[in-house]
Amino acid sequence: MNILSFLMLLPLIGTAFIALAPKTNVLLTKQIALVTTILVALVGIYMTISFDFNANGFQFVESREWIPAFGIKYALGVDGIALVLILMSVLLTPIVVVAGWNESEGGRWSPKVFYSLLLVLETMMIGVFASTDVFLFYVFFEAMLVPVYFLIGGFGSGERAAAAVKFLLYSLFGGLLMLASIIGIYVMATRYGNRTFDITTLSGLHTVLTPMMENVLFLGFFIAFAIKAPLWPLHTWLPDAAKSATPGTSVLLLGVLDKVGTFGMIRYCLTLFPEASKTFTPMIITLAVISILYGAFLAIGAKDIKRLIAYTSISHFGFITMGIFAMTSQGMSGSTLYMFNHGFSTAALFLVAGFMITRRNSSTISDFGGLQRVTPIMAWSFFIAGLSSLALPGLSSFVSEFLVLVGTFTRYPVAAVIATFGIVLAALYILIPVQRALHGPTTPGNENLSDLTLREKIAIAPVIATIVVLGFYPSPLLNIINPASQTIISQQGFSDPAPTTSEGK
Amino acid sequence: MIEFVSPTLDYALLAPILIVLGGAVLGVLIEAFAPRKSRASSQLFITLATLVLSQVASLIRVRDRSSSAAAMESVTFDGAGMLIQGSILLISIIAVFLLADQENFTALAAALPGSDEERASLQQDLRVTEIYPLTLFAVAGMMLFPVATDLITLFVALEVLSLPLYLLAGLSRRRRLMSQEAALKYFLLGAFASAFFLMGIAYLYGYSSSVTFAGIHSAVIGGSGNDIYLLLGIAFISIGLLFKVGAVPFHAWSPDVYQGAPTAVTALMAAATKVAAFGAMLRIFYVSFAEAYWQWRPAIIAIALITMVFGSLVAIAQRDIKRMLAYSSIAHAGFLLSGVVALSKSGLESSIFYLFAYGIATVGAFGIVTLVRDSAGEVTDLNRWSGLGKRSPWVATAFAGFLLAFAGIPLTSGFIGKFSIFSAAYESGSTAILITGVLSSAIAAFFYIRVIVLMFFKDPVEDGTSVVIPSIYTQITITVSALATFALGIYPTPLINFIQSSATFLR
Repeated sequence: MNILSFLMLLPLIGTAFIALAPKTNVLLTKQIALVTTILVALVGIYMTISFDFNANGFQFVESREWIPAFGIKYALGVDGIALVLILMSVLLTPIVVVAGWNESEGGRWSPKVFYSLLLVLETMMIGVFASTDVFLFYVFFEAMLVPVYFLIGGFGSGERAAAAVKFLLYSLFGGLLMLASIIGIYVMATRYGNRTFDITTLSGLHTVLTPMMENVLFLGFFIAFAIKAPLWPLHTWLPDAAKSATPGTSVLLLGVLDKVGTFGMIRYCLTLFPEASKTFTPMIITLAVISILYGAFLAIGAKDIKRLIAYTSISHFGFITMGIFAMTSQGMSGSTLYMFNHGFSTAALFLVAGFMITRRNSSTISDFGGLQRVTPIMAWSFFIAGLSSLALPGLSSFVSEFLVLVGTFTRYPVAAVIATFGIVLAALYILIPVQRALHGPTTPGNENLSDLTLREKIAIAPVIATIVVLGFYPSPLLNIINPASQTIISQQGFSDPAPTTSEGK
Repeated sequence: MIEFVSPTLDYALLAPILIVLGGAVLGVLIEAFAPRKSRASSQLFITLATLVLSQVASLIRVRDRSSSAAAMESVTFDGAGMLIQGSILLISIIAVFLLADQENFTALAAALPGSDEERASLQQDLRVTEIYPLTLFAVAGMMLFPVATDLITLFVALEVLSLPLYLLAGLSRRRRLMSQEAALKYFLLGAFASAFFLMGIAYLYGYSSSVTFAGIHSAVIGGSGNDIYLLLGIAFISIGLLFKVGAVPFHAWSPDVYQGAPTAVTALMAAATKVAAFGAMLRIFYVSFAEAYWQWRPAIIAIALITMVFGSLVAIAQRDIKRMLAYSSIAHAGFLLSGVVALSKSGLESSIFYLFAYGIATVGAFGIVTLVRDSAGEVTDLNRWSGLGKRSPWVATAFAGFLLAFAGIPLTSGFIGKFSIFSAAYESGSTAILITGVLSSAIAAFFYIRVIVLMFFKDPVEDGTSVVIPSIYTQITITVSALATFALGIYPTPLINFIQSSATFLR
């Protein structure tokens, strides 16, 4: 069996074991979930090590007939970009399990449901990045909404039902527009002789499309991804969803699921419709810059810690989108690396925020105060996560943000300069809550908070370690990413206006 | 003087229909002669045996032959017709399991609601068992409907399938007045539709001096007839058919009838009748009117668009689960019409797949509706479904699965159906259908999701409902349809290949 299929099968096996576990034995359920996700992570690491980053094209390829009548295949494969995102997903999931050890118990349903949904979601996350068949990708893209919907609605807090519905309706709307485009691709591909959804074959399709047709099909995909990513002005579902979901679900939502949007822009928008991508680039860059500033401003004003993190993500996703549509290999590599880093720094922020919220039973920033004195380890973790989010040099986000800005500057200097203000604002939106929550006099009610437990330390340590290590030594990841982004840039007839970075070939 | 020629009938090909009719007659005899006590069980046995036997007969037949001259050109058995017949039979079989749950039906159909007679019959614990032969007659009509190839046979089939349904719609055990009103409404509007249908037949005969589909087809190609007659004929025939499928603006009966009829009958009506009606519609449009598409296609496209949007929009306002499903089925009729306008082999194939998938999920969904009850019978008020997921997680999960299939979420049969039928419509050049279809799917998703929210994310209400322990029959219905819905979503290839290899209309 192909390693990607195996990776997708593993969580499902875990789900089967969970289904068999007795309902009363919650601990066993959790243990099964933990062991499964760790195994998946190990296989993922093994896969990354055996990835040949000198080779071009997709690796670990597998292709079987699925619905031959429509030319649909069960086709998997990864290039550097997909590999990095899969690696991120499989590393974050066990951390979410450990950090959210008790999250599953406050919900409406038994922990068995929680972990089953989580594991099914993991399968779909791997599948969505690993698909090389457009139809298969769409199936995962849409089907993964269902477990997330139940995770938010069934285990969240506050206005969870409304938030879950908002999330699902926004995503479904985008997904259905994409379905229209996929039908368009299908009919066009059939008309021009090759009934297939294979991404490599389809990348030649644009040569026969009229510009009008290409633009329309592009928009179907792009809007779906922009909703997912979340790009201004299609972002409004995100703060609600992130606020209402459990911290663990939020990590997966912002860290992994939203990346499907930016990943889709690279893999599908750029590859399938290069001309339309060029046509729309000025508009998209503008939206991205607006997202950067808009998200940052809202983050500064946010009173709720989970909303704050959600807004910062809108800003960060603006950077990622900008880097992608800068159409330079630095921009592309920077964005991919950014996706990985953002996954970890957001995870760190959400996890620590989750620890804080469980202790204080509130997510309002002003309720925390003087944590530095009471719970130093928790405060330090939050501080480092925040610094990573604002891209301090030496932490992982810095490298990616720098690459994105450099890559954008060579082609769109004005956008890059305006985006730089986003960094200044980032300092504000991170340092203000740090100031309010960690320093100053201890807010009444906080005197007896306990510091991180061993379990929580185990959860947060690998995240922070990754952030620091990648901050100083990002080249292993860049070595994987660079060939893929260069391939995409050159295949589609874009050329780098400036010399490439030393990591590039 | 006309010389009388005795008809030659190909009994082997007609066997499935004849078996069902025979079973129905047998059922009538049992009604007349068997002791009351043994009727329910023997009727059920006979009905199921008949349907299964008929299914077997049709399966055997599919393998070896097909013919256009099964009954002097008035019935044609071809791949498409047999597939549709097979779907009707399968759906009917699982719907009969719902009928078997006797709680749904009145004790004595003739008794006035609220009369002493009714009370006495309830006390005696009488059972109406005539529902079984009635169902079999309806099923036989449905099976004949899509294979009829002359207008007279088509009309006969229409009435054979409709009349028993008019009766069945009035037999609900609870809320009998509403049920009888539904039956009356269905009958009156159905009679109107039949009248239009007959008028269409007259015009088409005037146009082509033939009542066979092939004759009309050659008249259209010949082009010597008066096109006004053709247009009127198509219009009136379409009204009759659009009424049966519940397309806007001929949909007005369906929410009331769906709501008033006993839920098991609603399931049969919503699923099997729709398959039969669409089968007939596909046949007459593909076979007789294909070459005259410039006459009818714009109108049918317009109806399809209006039907999709109207059904999805109005469903949002419904507070009753059966009415909501009725409007959702109106929206689905709109989606299915895009298979008619596609007018291509892929349009036909995708319509058949969609009909089958939709029919199965519909029976399952209504099966679940029969389970949610309080002391006064079924509870169809949506508000009182809240918290269902907490009380009976499996029932709620199955219902959510059907709703997701209706909404067309991947890994359910509804998604594959939607994808294939919209591609077929778009392939034939109908961009409007693709875009409207996709947008109204997005609207429709809203009310499907709302029900899921109610069931799973809301707390049970005080005077809440309970889910009765499903009888073995209902269990079979729900399990089979749920499994089929997901199986067809995850691996539809065998069915699609089967449909592809056999779905053609003989002229």
